[in-house]
Amino acid sequence: MQSSQNGHRNGHRNGSDPAWATEPRQMKGSQMVWEALVMEGVNLVFGHPGGAILPTYDALSSYEAEGKIHHVLVRHEQCAAHMADGYARATGRVGVCIATSGPGATNLVTGLATAQMDSIPMVAITGQVPTNLLGTDAFQESDVVGVTQPVVKHNYLVTDVNELPMIMKEAFHIAREGRPGVVLVDICKDVQNATGWFRYDLPVDLPGFEPWPEVDATVIRRAADLINRAERPLVLCGHGIQLSGMSKELLEMVERAEIPVVTTLLGTGNVPESHPLSLGMGGMHGEAFANRAIQGCDVLIAMGMRFDDRITGRLDKFAKQSKIIHFELDRAEVGKNVVPDVAVIGNLAETLPALLPHISARRHQVWLQELNEWRGETTQIDIINYEVDELIPPFVIRQLWHCTKDARPIVVTDVGQHQMWECQYYTHDHAGQLLTSGGLGTMGFALPAAIGAQMACPGRLVWAVVGDGGFQMTLQELAVLKQERDLPVKIAIINNGFLGMVRQWQQMFYDKRYTGTPILSPDYVKLADAYDIPALAVRHPSEVGPALEKAINTPGPFLIDFRVKEEVNVYPMVAPGAAVDELIRRPKPTVVQGYSGVEPSW
Amino acid sequence: MKHTLVAWMRDMPGVLNRVSGLLRRRNFNIDSLQVGHSEQPGISRMTFVVDGDEHMVDQVIKQLRKLIDVTRVDDISEKLCVTRELALVRVRTTPETRSEIIQIVDIYRAEVVDVALDSMVVQIVGSEERVDSLIGLLENFGLMEMVRTGRVAMQRGSAERRKRGSSVWRAHANGLEAATAKDLFSTSGV
Repeated sequence: MQSSQNGHRNGHRNGSDPAWATEPRQMKGSQMVWEALVMEGVNLVFGHPGGAILPTYDALSSYEAEGKIHHVLVRHEQCAAHMADGYARATGRVGVCIATSGPGATNLVTGLATAQMDSIPMVAITGQVPTNLLGTDAFQESDVVGVTQPVVKHNYLVTDVNELPMIMKEAFHIAREGRPGVVLVDICKDVQNATGWFRYDLPVDLPGFEPWPEVDATVIRRAADLINRAERPLVLCGHGIQLSGMSKELLEMVERAEIPVVTTLLGTGNVPESHPLSLGMGGMHGEAFANRAIQGCDVLIAMGMRFDDRITGRLDKFAKQSKIIHFELDRAEVGKNVVPDVAVIGNLAETLPALLPHISARRHQVWLQELNEWRGETTQIDIINYEVDELIPPFVIRQLWHCTKDARPIVVTDVGQHQMWECQYYTHDHAGQLLTSGGLGTMGFALPAAIGAQMACPGRLVWAVVGDGGFQMTLQELAVLKQERDLPVKIAIINNGFLGMVRQWQQMFYDKRYTGTPILSPDYVKLADAYDIPALAVRHPSEVGPALEKAINTPGPFLIDFRVKEEVNVYPMVAPGAAVDELIRRPKPTVVQGYSGVEPSW
Repeated sequence: MKHTLVAWMRDMPGVLNRVSGLLRRRNFNIDSLQVGHSEQPGISRMTFVVDGDEHMVDQVIKQLRKLIDVTRVDDISEKLCVTRELALVRVRTTPETRSEIIQIVDIYRAEVVDVALDSMVVQIVGSEERVDSLIGLLENFGLMEMVRTGRVAMQRGSAERRKRGSSVWRAHANGLEAATAKDLFSTSGV
């Protein structure tokens, strides 16, 4: 099969190739699950037990005792999915989560949808009622395959123990190969208890699955031709560059041909943001110069991105002046929102190296100078340059960057204003530095995903940057930090007493009617204390640096509650339905020396 | 414009649900959908008629091809093909109208498959236009009940193309020359 031939092509994402068991062995279905995970090189799962998955949890004990698989007990199944997601984002390997039937499985759904929207490889295992009770509305029964179908790449209901090994193998194959995604395997309880033959050496045969399309060499030459002739080229770099591990090659290309780069939210860091050619993030909260670059270029090279509405703004005004080249693995994304002039379909790990030799060295001084003028204008009105005596969120993020940049941390953000500030004010200098829920925009993502990332990379510094709204959705996972032997995740709460992004929209588009957005928080320092996690509250700009230093120097987890100014907005902003260059800019700076008692007008 | 798409899929539990779920989720308009066995054991064949612009049809095809169980999708609207539909119609009869109805049925080369004192069931197999036309006539006698299968289609032996038009748009949408578009959209490749 083509799919299996191509498996090794992308070998660097496969993790350790398991030694295939050639001898069929007889075992229970519950054991097959773990045996398959071991074969796939999985040593970490996130889950929550329950009635219908009990046999599988029972079989786990020997694998845990032998140190083959470590199970992380979550406090809510949604977080099991987010943790597996964070693990997968941090490592590029398939994350695994496990839950019971009914409520366990339905709780997973948000996490599955989050991962699927962002093309994260993940396998979810759920228990199901015994086959003889299927469809009878039995206790804790829900149609998990039906419920999850629209939010996964593929899913299975296992009713025969002899099919289980092949289904597990297919699940990992589908999750990992091609555009990554989520595969759910729903296993009936009697299948877990039944005995069957386990073998894992048979090749996967999926005639309808074409993960790696053939690359057309003539299209690559046409793309190169357009790029070489461009006077005002621009790269729009998406998550695909990171998923295919091509950030070095991309940097080589843009440096050789001197092409500025705008990234999507999930593409941040694939070209170092401190690099002079980097314009940072574009789209709804992208800087004005990045969006003007999109609207001013003559050739737009979109790489591994899908023209989401947050990046394009109003579609019929998006980059109309420009020729568009779309590098994309998933055919269905080509022509879905934006019709390209040249479509290069295929794995970026093949197409980009094939493109590189055709790219000639160029200089685009006029274009870059224009961009830098726009950039200079933006810098002047940057909120960071305001001199005020109050704690504003961008300042906190900037300080976080100052304190952590040398440690190359993984920063995991939740969703909302703090997420956009993190993008704007944290300078991401390497791929995979920022983990965030982009497509689905799931509040509550940060803490569990940070736990997953920290479990995956025990030696790295992991910061969870959260808002007071999102944090309260999943703060029960603080207990996991303790249970996993003081997992050193550092948490920064940007606490402004509002569901800030919604409040910003209410302020701008709903006449400041703040319905449902003022949010009460507990005393997070006391809360952390209850979980035996050291914590600090910060109210003044001068305390930010020392607090961050203390958090970094304290072994184990640490929580900082930043009590920031309440009604600060994220600027610039593209109003919904506007073109990306019709921005609401930052208000003109009112320089306030010290605290004057006058409300600054951002 | 209406497009006839043919999809082959593994005969697995829930595959019809996957296809219909996808069509609903992506907000695609389907005129008719028919599924049955194909010549290959274990592979079902689905014929469906999509009403929409080129962009939508392009997306329907691409999204269907992403389903793991779907092995192949063809757009046969621009090819010479045989399309048929079967309809069963229960029409009200009286002693006066019965022979007239039978004459009409004969003209259409349809069949009377069941007769009762006050009604009869007519079966017709043919192109949708022919089925529409017969039903239009039978309506005058009083239609009591009707069932139609929806379109099934098969490409004719010669693969000549009748029209251009849409494939040119789709070639553009995929950044290809029009000449190569035919290969991309009419051959079996997923």
